[in-house]
Amino acid sequence: MSEITPSQTVGPFFAYGLTPKGRCEWDPNGSYSWKNTVESNLVTPDVTGSRIRVEGTVLDGDGVPINDAMIEIWQADAQGRYSDPRNGRALPNTQFKGFGRSATDKNGVYAFDTIKPGSVPGPKGKPQAPHIVVCIFSRGMLRQIYTRLYFSDEAANAADPILTLVPEDRRGTLIAHKQAGTEPLLYRFDIRVQGDNETVFFEI
Amino acid sequence: MSLIYPTKSLEAYPKHLSPGYKSTVKRSPSKPLMIIPHTLSELTGPVYGHDAIQEGDNDLTKQKSGEPLGERIIVHGHVLDEDKRPVPNALVELWQANACGRYVHIVDQHPAPLDPNFTGAGRTVTDAKGYYKFITVKPGAYPWGNHHNAWRPNHIHFSVFGHSFLSRLVTQMYFPGDYLFPYDPIFNSVTDPKDRARMVSTFDLENTVPDWALAFRFDIVLRGREATPLDNDEH
Repeated sequence: MSEITPSQTVGPFFAYGLTPKGRCEWDPNGSYSWKNTVESNLVTPDVTGSRIRVEGTVLDGDGVPINDAMIEIWQADAQGRYSDPRNGRALPNTQFKGFGRSATDKNGVYAFDTIKPGSVPGPKGKPQAPHIVVCIFSRGMLRQIYTRLYFSDEAANAADPILTLVPEDRRGTLIAHKQAGTEPLLYRFDIRVQGDNETVFFEI
Repeated sequence: MSLIYPTKSLEAYPKHLSPGYKSTVKRSPSKPLMIIPHTLSELTGPVYGHDAIQEGDNDLTKQKSGEPLGERIIVHGHVLDEDKRPVPNALVELWQANACGRYVHIVDQHPAPLDPNFTGAGRTVTDAKGYYKFITVKPGAYPWGNHHNAWRPNHIHFSVFGHSFLSRLVTQMYFPGDYLFPYDPIFNSVTDPKDRARMVSTFDLENTVPDWALAFRFDIVLRGREATPLDNDEH
């Protein structure tokens, strides 16, 4: 039997420790003297690939924006390699970590500046469509919830071994939508924690 | 090292919906979570080293010009995987209220004083033996709006990274024998007393520094264990 330490909520007051610089200057959660350990801008000088911005609103069961959530993302580089010894990443972009953290602001909005990930291997060697693993923490969440973000302009989505496990009528909740004419290219990805059109979350 | 992450271990966690803690009612998924195979995307995770932090980041009593008020304490322990092997180079972040039970956070309106010498945030990285150590002051209890006369037991928030993104843990460390335990819906959202006990630090006389600080030990066990032959059929 397992003896892991149970999860507890991140609570409403994490900002001065985990996201001390806030998402922007008018953030209701303030800006604090403590050091930012993890940034919402993942772009490093050495990174290659297409620059993108991912932005969205986190909404509760009443459709009310959650203004005290923390979103973390984990992604591969443009060549489909994770910054992890097990993935044997080679040069050139060794600085690109692929990990980011953003608080939500007063409107429940989070944002990341990053690059579009490449395709990574999936079960039985089948390639996975480009995607980002998303993890949500918040007051009122006793444990984190995981989801995945896929890109609306990817033909590979149709054959993705995970996305195709999701019932067709709910797959749309995992798709980030390309916003035409934005630079860098903006993808919108709202997260509905509960209710109609609830985002698909994974028990992993 | 290749670890597996059985979802059965998650039974120790609170349920997403735990109505005694009112904020969970509108912030918990209402549809069943989907079980999917663990791919490279789940089995990898961010790695931090000692270059991610600066010396002294683990001492919350030395961040300002003077020392904070309150009982000075040492909080230390090991970060372990499910096989109880140490997790080295694990980033551990911590935040807490001051000795009066007041957070620096601007939304906290509890009418208890702020301490100009205390922010309440710290971070460290575990050593080769998975060991971490913080020096801080004991946080106070504070009221909250969940129900009439609701008070949180003394606690310190922890954020920990392990071998993969699945090992990621945010939790709270409590202090032994707290009289507020029976009344706290967050603590009791973990329903099995044996599981709850793993969120409670132990008083550590041996590592208490005479004439200086009390010590509390808090070991943190993250998801992830070696596969056994029995697991071979598991996906």
